[in-house]
Amino acid sequence: MTNPLRDPLDRRLPRVAGPCGVVLFGVTGDLARKKVMPAIYDLANRGLLPPGFALVGFARRDWEDEDFAQIVHDAVREHSRTPFSEDTWRQLSEGIRFVSGELADPAAYEELSRVVADLDLTRGTNGNHAFYLSIPPGLFPVVLEHLKTSGLATSAPGAWRRVVIEKPFGHDLASAEELNQVVGDVFPSGSVFRIDHYLGKETVQNILAVRFANAMYEPIWNSNYVDNVQITMAEDIGIGGRAGYYDGIGAARDVMQNHLLQLLALTAMEEPLSFSPDDVRAEKEKVLRAIRLPKNIDLHSSRGQYTAGWQGGIPVKGYLEEDGISPESTTETFAALRLDIDNRRWAGVPFYLRTGKRLGRRVTEVAVVFKRVPHLPFESTAVEELGNNAFVFRIQPDEGITVRFGSKVPNTSSIEVRDVTMDFQYGESFVDSSPEAYERLILDVLLGDPPLFPRHEEVELGWRILDPVLDRWSEQGQPDQYVSGGWGPHSQYDMVNLDGRVWRRP
Amino acid sequence: MIRLEDTSGGAVSAAIAAERRRMGSPTTGMVLTLLIMADEDSQSDATSAAVTAARQHPMRIVTLVPRPESTVTRLDAEIQVGGDQGPGEVAVLRLRGQLAEHANSVAVPLLLPDTPIVAYWPGASPSVPSDDLIGRHAQRRITDAAAAADPISELHARKSGYIPGDTDLAWARITPWRSVLASMFDQNVGQVSAIIVSGEHANPSLPLLAAWLGAALGAPSEVRVDDGPGVTSVFLTTPDGNITIQRSDSRTATLIRPGFPDSTVAIPRRDLAALLSEELRRLDPDDTYASTLDALDTIP
Repeated sequence: MTNPLRDPLDRRLPRVAGPCGVVLFGVTGDLARKKVMPAIYDLANRGLLPPGFALVGFARRDWEDEDFAQIVHDAVREHSRTPFSEDTWRQLSEGIRFVSGELADPAAYEELSRVVADLDLTRGTNGNHAFYLSIPPGLFPVVLEHLKTSGLATSAPGAWRRVVIEKPFGHDLASAEELNQVVGDVFPSGSVFRIDHYLGKETVQNILAVRFANAMYEPIWNSNYVDNVQITMAEDIGIGGRAGYYDGIGAARDVMQNHLLQLLALTAMEEPLSFSPDDVRAEKEKVLRAIRLPKNIDLHSSRGQYTAGWQGGIPVKGYLEEDGISPESTTETFAALRLDIDNRRWAGVPFYLRTGKRLGRRVTEVAVVFKRVPHLPFESTAVEELGNNAFVFRIQPDEGITVRFGSKVPNTSSIEVRDVTMDFQYGESFVDSSPEAYERLILDVLLGDPPLFPRHEEVELGWRILDPVLDRWSEQGQPDQYVSGGWGPHSQYDMVNLDGRVWRRP
Repeated sequence: MIRLEDTSGGAVSAAIAAERRRMGSPTTGMVLTLLIMADEDSQSDATSAAVTAARQHPMRIVTLVPRPESTVTRLDAEIQVGGDQGPGEVAVLRLRGQLAEHANSVAVPLLLPDTPIVAYWPGASPSVPSDDLIGRHAQRRITDAAAAADPISELHARKSGYIPGDTDLAWARITPWRSVLASMFDQNVGQVSAIIVSGEHANPSLPLLAAWLGAALGAPSEVRVDDGPGVTSVFLTTPDGNITIQRSDSRTATLIRPGFPDSTVAIPRRDLAALLSEELRRLDPDDTYASTLDALDTIP
């Protein structure tokens, strides 16, 4: 059936989700309150949710529908991106329900089935429901098992049931495969949506737009011109209240396995045949499979742990002094690693990945650093201040692109060349309109549009790359200590200096 | 704000660049130039709506206010760059005396290089916007039939003067209605046999909505007048019963359709800034608007 009112030429009409509802597990978590609930409200406010949209909360609380609605209301008031509108809220709140129960209690799922069936009748959700598991991964098996046995995971003809899970997708290859097994046992792979919120960011999607829509960059995007690529995700915060999650996981599993490898894949992949999900994934998987680890992991990696220090003028604790962290913990809060890509385009170009907590400032960027020209027809003193050309995707904050190149310094008697930068500001110019990554991703779940969600093959490839590094690191004992508020342990500099390179200060 | 009296287009352009430099940011990522042709009554609302829209579409806004009644012939300018209002650049230019006839000469030095130009008439507009001295520069020409003395006949004038790239805010105003209607038809509704669009008297959005629905659904479509505000309801006759979308408070609509529980959906009337933002999102010709104009004749 084609919709007579949807014409591909009519591009004013936004994509609006069909009749559906979301069942949210883990309603009191940070993520649910700060990201998921506000994103749902923002979608409603932009007119992108269907009129009878329903939101069901499921938790072990003794709440009525109104209590849950109040939680959502407060979360929306505090965290939504778009202004609060009573009309939108009224529309949304009419569809809010709450089911109280233990995650392991079959009776609670019976009640949930009843509520969902009732919503189909009273709100017209038509049997379409997404189960959003905003709960620790350890609880996935029990919830999924009950969704299966209660029949909630089974969709009626013409309707859909989907499941949304958040990272971490396992902590190594074996556990990721096990998780995929558990999820795949209940939902078919097309109904599983893994949220890596990085992929929903406009600036991350922009990497592909800039690379493949322009004539200028692709000809030099290879080992003939590129010297090295530096992908950095620095956080200024510590682990905060996430001790229980973070300890034993560490920076590499938390960030490198997913976000940084995805950024690497988007930066290094070949041009996809089309932007269809399958074609993009095919190219991403190809480049991930071409990744080679250094022979000597110790020399080409760096791991660190932050110690007490001053962060932007505020005294902060060291990792080992954080609440809930064992003073003997060997979990790394900083990780850096060299990777190589064995294909014609990238042979010989090191990709340096690094991430850490309590670093100088919050910044994520992909810097493509170019080779120096073979010959400089200037006095050597004239180009003393000239560095390598660089093309930088600024992912966050201050989203945009920086190009660094040499320019003549004015008013000098002879020619003197110095680095200058040219900026394109994405974030500042479009600040009001850029939807949050979660809005985009939740809407895509409801529309059943999968390109921005990593498939289990990508997740498993990530672990396949990282597992040997994690194994080696686990034998090394205490990570290098680094003072909070700086740029990390000294070993990261040794690691790049060994290759004759330097880190860009992001 | 900088005031320049008895000045020229080139001097205004130089003053904007100087102000940028003074603020420490000589280059910016302006994506387009918006030329607003307004009279004293409409220039202030139109300019401030454009300033708000510039948050989404960083642009140079040039408002041209003809003052032919003035005895002296000269150009006066008010310039505002960046600041709290947003990233845009704004120049409000008063074209006094004979200069009112030569807006073109003032606008040319102020057009940003190699970026799209959009012309917008918040009030009275030329019968063929693309033939206008200013409209000729623009790849997108925005008019507002609702601002005319006789909006319905203005709409028909839009039709006869249409050139790809024209668009009208009366069309942008019904996007939320069209979105709700389109999402309703994501399910199979069956063949619609009659369409009634109701709303306030002399609202050009009503015939547009009726014409769009009539053409897309292949059914007779008519307009009925009531007290408004704006569009108040859309009524569709289908094989399974009647579908009604009723909005009487200009904010929230009730959806009544066979086989579904009644539900509410927010269809708020939007302000000028939101409408302009929508218009500027795409700068290629709006083919659906063109075919809807063509279908206007089918509406009795």
